[in-house]
Amino acid sequence: MVELFQHEFVRNAFLAGSVVAIISGMVGYFVVLRGQAFACEALSHIGFTGATAAALLGISALEGMFLFTMVAALGMGLLGKRLRNRDIEVGMILTFMLGLGVLFLSIVTHNATTAVNILFGSILSVTQNDVLVTIGAGLFTIILLVYLYRPLLFASFDPDVAETRGVPAQAISVVFLLLLAVCVSEAMKVVGVLLVFALLVVPAAAAEHLTHRPFSAMLLSIAISLVSTLGGLVLAFIGHWPASFYIVSLTSLFYFASLGIRTIYYPRRYREPSHPSREVFPDVPKII
Amino acid sequence: MFAVFQYPFIQNAFLAGSLVAIMAGILGYFLVARGLTFAGHALSSIGFAGAAGAVLLGVSPVYGLLVSTVGAAIAISVLGREIRERDVAIGVIMTFALGLGILFLSLYRGYAEQAYSILFGTIVGISRSDVLVTAGLSLGILVVLALVGRPLLFSSFDPVMAEARGLPVALLGSLFLILVALTVSIAMQVIGVLLVFALLVGPPATAIRLAHRPGPIMLLSISLGLVYTWLGILLAANSSWPVSFYITTLAFVVYLPVRLYSSRATGERNRPGGRHTTVFAPDLHDPAEEGKDTNPAQSFPMEEKYNG
Repeated sequence: MVELFQHEFVRNAFLAGSVVAIISGMVGYFVVLRGQAFACEALSHIGFTGATAAALLGISALEGMFLFTMVAALGMGLLGKRLRNRDIEVGMILTFMLGLGVLFLSIVTHNATTAVNILFGSILSVTQNDVLVTIGAGLFTIILLVYLYRPLLFASFDPDVAETRGVPAQAISVVFLLLLAVCVSEAMKVVGVLLVFALLVVPAAAAEHLTHRPFSAMLLSIAISLVSTLGGLVLAFIGHWPASFYIVSLTSLFYFASLGIRTIYYPRRYREPSHPSREVFPDVPKII
Repeated sequence: MFAVFQYPFIQNAFLAGSLVAIMAGILGYFLVARGLTFAGHALSSIGFAGAAGAVLLGVSPVYGLLVSTVGAAIAISVLGREIRERDVAIGVIMTFALGLGILFLSLYRGYAEQAYSILFGTIVGISRSDVLVTAGLSLGILVVLALVGRPLLFSSFDPVMAEARGLPVALLGSLFLILVALTVSIAMQVIGVLLVFALLVGPPATAIRLAHRPGPIMLLSISLGLVYTWLGILLAANSSWPVSFYITTLAFVVYLPVRLYSSRATGERNRPGGRHTTVFAPDLHDPAEEGKDTNPAQSFPMEEKYNG
């Protein structure tokens, strides 16, 4: 295992994976708190179009994803609350973007491996340059989140009261969506477009089951996503199965374990009703 | 342009595509009416794992899809009432299924091409036996729908009233999810797992804005689906661009003006009511009567009164 680190691609994979895991854990906590899992899913699908358009234009995939997801995040932030209860509209745009991505891909190349790498991640093909970009964007995200921590937390828990206390909730919402766009683009490199949910939402949702204190929940979410990512990479080097499969399995395991722990230690009758802003998919109606 | 019909694979694609468009048009209407579009998306993603598993075992992907989507439909309808955070749980299972799918495919040689065709569909890969399976399943879905269509419609629009009239609402819900699972399985061959949404939700979402009664809406949504599929296959056969791109683009290009026009025509007054009141229920509220309510109990919508 240790001698593997002599290879540059292994070092790159572990470096990029750790940075992505840390910022996904941080940003993901706020995603769950603000009920924006659907926005996260939307941004990742738009990122697919970005990555394929980048191949068409001859720029790097990461740059294409940054460009597309940030423009989309800006649009979503400006539409704001009007985006709620619009899952048909959002779904139509998502499918259209995926279809467009397929078109770009078929123009550039008839090689299906490119598509699979974008959709399911290609952590082993991360270059030195990608690592530098990831570390830079990661540091930027962490600094901005530390700076915004208190007002963002306030605006996430109770946007109306925050607004009356002079917190610019709308501006914070737009900035947060931009941060989410950066984070989604980075996470796509590790687990791929289709599995971004596993790194951004699942660890935070698991952490929320175990503690309600914001700071400890965020630390726990970072820990879960870091353990899953690094564990997934180690297993991938030992077991020769795809890294994204291991990462997704580990985070799912954490999620269902936390669900079990909560059910055992916090029986239903002691639980307070959840805050409406804590619903992860507020857009989805509750009838099945 | 029409010379492509000599090729058997184009004929197969046309036959299978037409059947899929008809099924998706009918079931998509119920799906949109019940607000279950996310469950449709989840079912198709879970189908990816089944299709990949079938490829690994060397059987036709349709069988893997059938097993995994029907199993998932049953699991969702059983767990749906147990788990409080149902949507997160579905999301976690969905991503895990996608991860499992990529594992199965990576164990298979030449996996990228297989993954690509499962995810985005391929018109060249449909055999005559696939068409027969599709036709058999479509017939089965139609028979079941003919039997439960009316109670299903009733329970989709007014579950509380339907329950009060003695209809097995929960059972109907599970049966409906299984029908959606079957439709997703046959749709995947033409348009792929990721873009089933375009055929399942696109035509009905457009149709409910143009017609107002269930019969015409379903007919319109079937026709739209057929037009998208036929045009998509025809255009794809005559160019080098993929069929799924054409179908999603057609669905989006037709939906967009209809959506913008109808929201302008119905105006702002329907806005805050949410999806169900704006689109499906007849608007019983007369703006001229604003403020004249004498009985406060009547000013609450049905659902809020019962759910509270």
